[in-house]
Amino acid sequence: MSANLTAVAYLVAAVLFILALRGLSSPTSARRGNLFGMVGMAIAVIITLLRPDVLSYWEILAALVVGGGIGTVIAKRIEMTAMPQLVAFFHSLVGLAAVLVAAVAFYAPEAYGIVDPITHHLKLASRVEMALGVAIGAVTFSGSVIAFAKLQNLMSGNPIVFPGQHPLNAALGVAILAFIVHFAFDRGGPHGPHDWVFWGLTALAFVLGFLLIIPIGGADMPVIVSMLNSYSGWAAAGIGFTLENNALVVTGALVGSSGAILSYIMCRAMNRSFLNVLLGGFGGEAGAVAVMSDKPVKAGSAEDAAFIMKNAGGVIIVPGYGMAVSQAQHALREMADKLKAEGVRVRYAIHPVAGRMPGHMNVLLAEANVPYDEVFELEEINPDFASTDVAFVIGANDVTNPAAKRDSKSPIAGMPILEVDRAKTVLFVKRSLAPGYAGIDNELFYADNTMMLFADAKKVVEDIVKAL
Amino acid sequence: MEADPFIFRLSIFVLAVFVGYYVVWSVTPALHAPLMSVTNAISSVIIVGALIAAGPEPASTAKLMGLVAIALAAVNIFGGFVVTQRMLQMFKKKQR
Repeated sequence: MSANLTAVAYLVAAVLFILALRGLSSPTSARRGNLFGMVGMAIAVIITLLRPDVLSYWEILAALVVGGGIGTVIAKRIEMTAMPQLVAFFHSLVGLAAVLVAAVAFYAPEAYGIVDPITHHLKLASRVEMALGVAIGAVTFSGSVIAFAKLQNLMSGNPIVFPGQHPLNAALGVAILAFIVHFAFDRGGPHGPHDWVFWGLTALAFVLGFLLIIPIGGADMPVIVSMLNSYSGWAAAGIGFTLENNALVVTGALVGSSGAILSYIMCRAMNRSFLNVLLGGFGGEAGAVAVMSDKPVKAGSAEDAAFIMKNAGGVIIVPGYGMAVSQAQHALREMADKLKAEGVRVRYAIHPVAGRMPGHMNVLLAEANVPYDEVFELEEINPDFASTDVAFVIGANDVTNPAAKRDSKSPIAGMPILEVDRAKTVLFVKRSLAPGYAGIDNELFYADNTMMLFADAKKVVEDIVKAL
Repeated sequence: MEADPFIFRLSIFVLAVFVGYYVVWSVTPALHAPLMSVTNAISSVIIVGALIAAGPEPASTAKLMGLVAIALAAVNIFGGFVVTQRMLQMFKKKQR
């Protein structure tokens, strides 16, 4: 197998990966795109197995079968509501794999042809790439583990803040930079840098990843999951440079920019800067002390809600994280079917940051067999609320809060919201009047045209279905 | 005068960032979750580095680490593609 042929095969794999992402521009082309991705991966793996220095097929096959088996079983069994934590878990694996591959390249650099033929030291460029790859990989790993723990409720979703947090992180960042510089110029070890520099750098990056994510609250997770997605890409690209492998460089660049764009979209949807999210501490704490308003609210029953919706011309359903928590999506679709049978036009409106990861709500609705052409994005549907009889808000709160438009001092000021307040009637499914993630009251609860349905989301919807 | 191979690789990287930028902006927001899981799967192409590490016959620490990395990346590759497929199969149009 000539080096040129190998390089061409990696190029083909990279092109197939681009087509895999391109396919996601519409649900009809997406499945074919995913197939392209699989073929690209198969090509990359097979071409590598054909290298003359890759001989231990049995061990490799065993590792592939074990890993592939575990991955397949998890992917087949996972609940759709648990998708955010699954993605975080997968990110952590990419990070750890990057660290391991970097470590291998550090200890046995000859296999990758990255040593200077005269000094037998690592080349300078390879050192920098390796250091960056391992540092980003380690941050991705520990950061994703924390994100996973928060999403899986293994630890509190509230931000963990302590005095001196930001200076500490900054100091760690500086220390990591110093280690990278030292790693680049150290001449004392067998291949240049000492072992302790490599592992010291890795350890510092692990700690930084951990500290970066603990102050982030649950509802900021869409940004963080996207950010870690981006990091896993940059780590792969860094390793790709070290291994002088174009498939890895291209894929890393694709994934890195993909995650970065998603982070940007999520931040824009909250009108907050990326730095503001990353500094953390938002929500949680404030939520606990928020002043509860004692204004009167109108509470209604499932029967009332059923009656109102049955007689409406159009209903727009606004799902949020609460729907995912109570697994109400199937009952919701049943409700929508009954309403449609009564001649009501039913649509769904999705805020970009609804849920715990980008596109979380869309997947849950798709799981419940909601056709995707009934599901609309914020910009598409906002103009229609004014001409709609009923907005049915289930498990969402802050993303509907009119304070974002009216109160410039509010923590969510300027955040684009779903303008449910303009619908003739707002039905608000919520367990209590407790404020949402941003820790602020929602004036919508007390509006004349709002009826609150206090109960678990799934229970309310099932009761409405019965009443219809 | 010849440019360092590193510069070529850097050019590829920068161009790929641009390709990624335009391709990802064209992804419909409804499919952002499958986008994340599929990018997860493809970034595990890092497995090629692990395969080279685990390749040589004699046992070594490097080889062991390579094998572990293969298993980790394989979890991601299979898990990522399978779960993406599962999600995409659920996205259906209205039945008329």
